[in-house]
Amino acid sequence: MSPAFWIILTGALAAGSCALVGCFLVLRRMAMLGDAISHAVLPGIAIAFLLSSSREPLPMLIGAALLGMFTALVTEWLHRQGRLQQDAAIGVTFTSLFAIGVILISAFAGQIDLDQECVLYGEIAYVPWDLWVTSAGVNLGPRAVWILGGAFLLNAAWIGLAYKELKVCAFDPGLAASMGIPVGLFHYALMAATSITTVTAFESVGAILVVAMLAGPAAIAYLWTDRLSHMLMIAVAVGVASAAGGYALARALDGSIAGAMAVVVGLMFALSALFSPRDGVVPRVLRRRRLGAIPPAQLGARRDAA
Amino acid sequence: MNVALLFGDANVRAVALGSMLLGTGAGVLGCFTYLRKRALLGDALAHATLPGVCLAFLVTGTKHPLVLLAGAIATGALGMASVNGIVRHTRIREDAALALTLSVFFGAGIVLLTRIQKSGAAAQAGLDRFLFGQAASLVQADVWLLGGVTVMLLAAVMLAFKEFQLLAFDAPFAATIGWPIGALELLLSALIVVSVTVGLQLVGVVLMAALLVTPAAAARYWTDRLPRMLMIAALIGAFSGLAGAMVSLIAPRMPTGPWTVVAATFAFLISMLAAPRRGLIARLLRYLRMRQRTTDENVLKTLYHLAEPSGDFDAARSGAALAARRPMPPRELSGALGRLAQAGWVHRAGGEFRLTPAGRDRARRVVRLHRLWEVYLTERLHLAADHVHEDAENIEHFLTPELERELELLLARPTYDPHRQPIPYDPPGPVR
Repeated sequence: MSPAFWIILTGALAAGSCALVGCFLVLRRMAMLGDAISHAVLPGIAIAFLLSSSREPLPMLIGAALLGMFTALVTEWLHRQGRLQQDAAIGVTFTSLFAIGVILISAFAGQIDLDQECVLYGEIAYVPWDLWVTSAGVNLGPRAVWILGGAFLLNAAWIGLAYKELKVCAFDPGLAASMGIPVGLFHYALMAATSITTVTAFESVGAILVVAMLAGPAAIAYLWTDRLSHMLMIAVAVGVASAAGGYALARALDGSIAGAMAVVVGLMFALSALFSPRDGVVPRVLRRRRLGAIPPAQLGARRDAA
Repeated sequence: MNVALLFGDANVRAVALGSMLLGTGAGVLGCFTYLRKRALLGDALAHATLPGVCLAFLVTGTKHPLVLLAGAIATGALGMASVNGIVRHTRIREDAALALTLSVFFGAGIVLLTRIQKSGAAAQAGLDRFLFGQAASLVQADVWLLGGVTVMLLAAVMLAFKEFQLLAFDAPFAATIGWPIGALELLLSALIVVSVTVGLQLVGVVLMAALLVTPAAAARYWTDRLPRMLMIAALIGAFSGLAGAMVSLIAPRMPTGPWTVVAATFAFLISMLAAPRRGLIARLLRYLRMRQRTTDENVLKTLYHLAEPSGDFDAARSGAALAARRPMPPRELSGALGRLAQAGWVHRAGGEFRLTPAGRDRARRVVRLHRLWEVYLTERLHLAADHVHEDAENIEHFLTPELERELELLLARPTYDPHRQPIPYDPPGPVR
């Protein structure tokens, strides 16, 4: 298998699992939560590094996942009990956690061989060389593919199982509560899924691509359809396409692969916003033109006929 | 270590002053983004400046701060336009528009940055400063720039205060009365973009976002008035900047920016807990007081109920009799009786209690409100008589004298409630 294949597969799996969760985040208007979580995990990674004094991925993943959940919980608490606007609650939480992370890293600069850059810009280009080799010496392929594949299947499974409940919660939490669906439970399940997805993905593809993949494919799909099931499928397809397109763009420009994938998401969004038949700017303008183009005389004739 | 002496040092003074200026300006502008429910705008704009910095360097080949600043402002403004355009022209909401703009612009910036790195120019060191900030490297010239920007934006906010205020609270109304909303938005956006861009070099992308959110969110707890909120946010911003500078002064390995944010978060937490009225502690106390009053009134009411059949309101009742009539936790009951005795609503004689004249009046009022409300619900809202008790049980503690009078007028002082219990009036008789 060529490195290109593994890189695109990793990007596509990351994009797929982000897109699934992202649809619900976009519908619940919480798309910035991914950004918040991917920054707020910094102290978790630093502490895990200090405790395990190694760059073993597992302690870091656990530390990051814990901080991710913590971020979601604190945000929710500030919003509910602290009566703070949702967006401000997110902003206060993740920036202060990030600041604490930077302080930890500078305080233990001697012991932590980490910097903000390597945490925030996980490099997808190195994926093909970070292999999972069993103790028996069997080469199972890149580690990231297994982790992200697992995350994707996990997301697909739980969203598939709880589809009906999630759907009602996304569109009408009040109705969901009156039907006896535990809205709070599903909210926290979504938060947990977001933080696990974010943490597993940004370790190999970088925080920026995670934010792009959480918000982008879901927003694009939302411009093309009114059905949740279609939205989920379109979002995953868009995510996969932008992974492949981004790789090609990065090759052409000789630049960062993760950055290029984000740029492709942006381009696809711009095209959709302009031309999607349902909600695009251009079709809307054309429709308005056509309405205005009916000659007044004809309108009068119609009125007479009626 | 003598701190006062260190402030004589020009470099130290520059860092402290620069951080304070930045905190002040960001605090003031943050209030407006906060009130327009766009608190994370600063985060998105800060990220959107990266491609501009890289492009400016690629095009001109220099690292002159003003050139890079111009590039940053250009793409920052573009990012702002992108967020506004998405929200205005598509069905995508604020949050997704911000996340998309942030990540796509930053992604483009990263692509450019990797190109610069690969081109072998050892120059990207200076560009990093825009990402992560470096307050320690502040020099006198930067402080002049920061000071100029801060004075300019404070002046702009003061001059256009009335306009910005209406924009923050009711933009559609401002448009209806013919104000140039577009121009005002543009001015406010320009101020935010400039402030974010200038601040980036000090504290970096993420922490710049904090300076726009946290002081404003903290200030909101203290007041409902915009001028006061602006002043409090400015003070908290300035204090945080100073505190950050002090920490890195005392412990030189400590970065200024993150400590500034930690200080701001600290101020936020104190505000959230301790602010009068909106703070968590004040709200908790209010809630506990309200619950206490409800319990007290329920005990008074029970004493009244016990006396009702015989009409002997001067008889003393034991705590056991009260608990038998209205079950409640013993500690709650004895606490309420203690408070009521102390305040002169009941009289304690031995182990027994009876209503004082004032207590009887108050108990009678609660009973009256309860029964009036039941009549109102059955007669006016046509609820079944067996469905109205719970509701009356809650509202009897909150009806004001004005509402009480309205109910009496509306229902023409009914004699009985739906359960054939007499309604006691003060003084008795038909409504006047």
